[in-house]
Amino acid sequence: MTELTNLGVREIRDGVAQGDFTAREVAEAFNAAVEAASELNAFIVATPDKALEAADKVDADRAAGRELGAMAGVPIGMKDLFCTDGVQTTAASHILEGFVPRYESTVSQNLWDAGAGMLGKLNLDQFAMGSSNETSHFGNVVSPWRKSGGGNAGMSPGGSSGGSSAAVAARIAPAATGTDTGGSIRQPAAFTGICGIKPTYGRCSRWGVVAFASSLDQAGPMARSVGDCAIMLGAMAGFDAKDSTSLQMDVPDWAAGLSADLKGRKVGIPREYRMDGTDEAILESWEQGKNWLRDAGAEIVDISLPHTKYALPAYYIIAPAEASSNLARYDGVRYGLRDLPEGAGLQDMYAATREEGFGDEVKRRVLIGTYVLSAGFYDAYYNQAQKVRALVARDFERAWADCDVILAPTTPTASFPLGDKTDDPLAMYLNDVFAVPASLAGVPAMSVPAMLNGEGLPLGLQIVGKPFDEQGVLNAGLAIEQRAGFEAKPETWW
Amino acid sequence: MSDYRIQGATGEWEVVIGLEVHAQVTSNAKLFSGASTAFGAEPNTQVSLVDAAMPGMLPVPNRECIRQAVRTGMAIEAQINKYSRFDRKNYFYADLPQGYQISQLYHPIVGEGQLTIEADEKAGIPEDKVIGIERIHVEQDAGKLMHDQHPTMSYVDLNRCGVALMEIVSRPDMRSPAEAGAYVRKLRTILRYVGSCDGNMEEGSMRADVNVSVRRPGPISDENPFGTRTETKNVNSVRFVMQVIEHEANRQVDLIEDGGTVVQETRLFDPNSGTTRSMRSKEDAHDYRYFPDPDLLPLELEDSFLDECRASLPELPDAKRARYIDELGLSDYNASVLTAEVETFARFETLLAETAKRLGKDEKTVATQVANWSLSVAPGVMKSLGDEADPSHATAEAQAEILRMQDAGEISGGQAKEIYEIVLRTGRDPAEIADTEGLKQQSDTGAIEAVIDEVLAANADKVEEYRGGKDKLFGFFVGQTMKAMQGKANPAVVNQVLKAKLG
Repeated sequence: MTELTNLGVREIRDGVAQGDFTAREVAEAFNAAVEAASELNAFIVATPDKALEAADKVDADRAAGRELGAMAGVPIGMKDLFCTDGVQTTAASHILEGFVPRYESTVSQNLWDAGAGMLGKLNLDQFAMGSSNETSHFGNVVSPWRKSGGGNAGMSPGGSSGGSSAAVAARIAPAATGTDTGGSIRQPAAFTGICGIKPTYGRCSRWGVVAFASSLDQAGPMARSVGDCAIMLGAMAGFDAKDSTSLQMDVPDWAAGLSADLKGRKVGIPREYRMDGTDEAILESWEQGKNWLRDAGAEIVDISLPHTKYALPAYYIIAPAEASSNLARYDGVRYGLRDLPEGAGLQDMYAATREEGFGDEVKRRVLIGTYVLSAGFYDAYYNQAQKVRALVARDFERAWADCDVILAPTTPTASFPLGDKTDDPLAMYLNDVFAVPASLAGVPAMSVPAMLNGEGLPLGLQIVGKPFDEQGVLNAGLAIEQRAGFEAKPETWW
Repeated sequence: MSDYRIQGATGEWEVVIGLEVHAQVTSNAKLFSGASTAFGAEPNTQVSLVDAAMPGMLPVPNRECIRQAVRTGMAIEAQINKYSRFDRKNYFYADLPQGYQISQLYHPIVGEGQLTIEADEKAGIPEDKVIGIERIHVEQDAGKLMHDQHPTMSYVDLNRCGVALMEIVSRPDMRSPAEAGAYVRKLRTILRYVGSCDGNMEEGSMRADVNVSVRRPGPISDENPFGTRTETKNVNSVRFVMQVIEHEANRQVDLIEDGGTVVQETRLFDPNSGTTRSMRSKEDAHDYRYFPDPDLLPLELEDSFLDECRASLPELPDAKRARYIDELGLSDYNASVLTAEVETFARFETLLAETAKRLGKDEKTVATQVANWSLSVAPGVMKSLGDEADPSHATAEAQAEILRMQDAGEISGGQAKEIYEIVLRTGRDPAEIADTEGLKQQSDTGAIEAVIDEVLAANADKVEEYRGGKDKLFGFFVGQTMKAMQGKANPAVVNQVLKAKLG
């Protein structure tokens, strides 16, 4: 059965379709793997019955000769930011602990409709706020990777989609959903040696996804190959009338359009991404990446994204501002936690509920957001940040005159030990310095594994593309994947 | 210019009034969700996941609400902003599930417009006056808290939560309670013409925030600027709006003359005492942290949409009133009354068309007759019958037939009323009533002549006197003739025959 858990999305789907194994066998294998990996703390709740139910349906459909969906027979992990009908949805928070929605997010529904099954709800940073998965109310996720010579020290799987990255890297799920607001798919993918793509803003519906920062939040797949990401993104994406910001465009068949031949394509190398504090190994992987893409036929060109250094500060104004408002609904009145001290009035109830229900990082961002939107500070912070955002987006627009995709590191460092940065929020925020510009611009970006560093930890390379050109991003990713030959996988210690 | 003044101990004061009217948009569904907006449903039965602000729920603008706001803007001759945007107004309250109200602060959908209130000497409005309207924006209504359902807890009803409102913000152009009252009434009339709000103030479909300040009369200048204003929230009738202004203006004058200063604050109106009291001062005012709603794209209106909105506008009150005066020849008064309410003009126009058809005359010729019937005769009969009248019998056909018989001299004015009474009670056909109830007047010259001959013979002395020059006796002969014919003689024929006989 261990063999089955080594398979990816396409292999499982095709194997089920060809009758090499049943969907039920696959689901059982992953259910067992999930159960055995509780030490990783990747799942907040496991839903083995859901996985089996979906698998049985696929097996029955196949037996009946019915057409099978793009994800038929593939059990996946669902980040616990997606509302799932009848299954607790917490955003890894105490305030939503025990909350069971009576509705299904559009993206998860799309996946079930395509034949996927649910292994469980994956751990994450609380309300997707964090870069190490240490802000979860349900405890941090432990990366399956360990530093060579680092003993048993737990490493961060990245965040906020840390449960997703850990589960996929540990092969307890062939793929998982992630969401990316300022790097929350790409950074954990890079930390754990897997692939993850944040599509163009609006590709995946936000309906039913617990909101962090609405203008930035975007769902995407995390899997162990570029091809698997292409298949799964195709199943997730699509116009949704229930989300006003949803893109009213057809979803191309990205999987069918995959090609690693980059002849005639130009790859931009942004000089501003060469920052102080970036690991040597990261810079080395970047150089390798250029070589691989050149080898695939692409022309490498230097480009400038002059406002890059302002992106992170602008992000840490805009995202908290939106979050401070988006999280106002968690007030103890209608659902979730309610703390009503003896004799308390309405305001006391709000204060007590939110004091108890939110973790420190969430409170920090709600406070920052409240501050930057306050009368007297709005122009200096929020408005200014919006202007920076427009300039960052313009940087990319101008760059497209010179190149088709951009190659950059995903993160400035490899994964770090758990607890290393928990006392230094700014150091933690810097993790997303390379990821945030694409979020602000709303353009597609993905991380693919490049190599291991000297300590045996994975490093990722980031490809950023033009709006709506997920295909260009995936193709460049495929070219890297084929040449990097990243086969490393973490030793099973759990 | 209004000469409304508050007489203070230190002299005269002018009142300055601006109104923010919240009008519920007529629409089956809420502004950002598909939930119903019907009034009076069981608590919390008209609440969607979006209205309850469940996690992950998103607003989607309701096109009909946008359309109604645009049409309203066009009806007040306002600039329509092809680009507008929704902003979040953030505050915590139990009737506000999202923790913010979606509104439009920075880029409202409707810009500068205006409406005209009509001269009303009795109310102290000597001439027509144009009141500026600064903007109209659309926003969500909140839910309702109920404090009287449980000894220690408050209940929340979210049925109203998310219903679309238009906030119509006037310029501080009004100078008396009467002007403010006229403004609200006129605005209500326009909204009801357009069909964008039912104007039902009792059900809360329209309510006003009343801004009042006082200053010394004279032009606005650096030396004599606007005074500090107070805002009295949620006033829900025209009468209350006028009461608030009167009370607030006098309170402010007293305060200033006693050496105090007016504080910019929000106040509440108590309809029982007719007074206002402080709700919160500017210092405790919320910081609403407005910012563009990131769940919603800017609203960009296309020309075809605007064209459709414009084409769908009905004839508006001012135009209709002018047409009634200029083309139908109605008096100013009749034109004003007939155009004040949608139901009134609708009934009038139907009856006018039907009457013109039956008389074979054009509308202008019969307009005054129909207006008098509609405004005085018909309502009089209806009122005198009270509960006995069935308004469903008041069809245009029946009324037009009565008017036709009257016009043809078949019935008298008195008979018309009597017939209409029976119509309202029973729904019977007017012509049939006239026949079977003997409610027809005698126009047969021969029959009338015979009666007149008898009358003249019986009053030979009076005939003598009349011929001797006592003209006034003509009325006496008419009276005697009518009496002899139980009032059923056609007066015109009686007059004509009498004149001939008395020669």
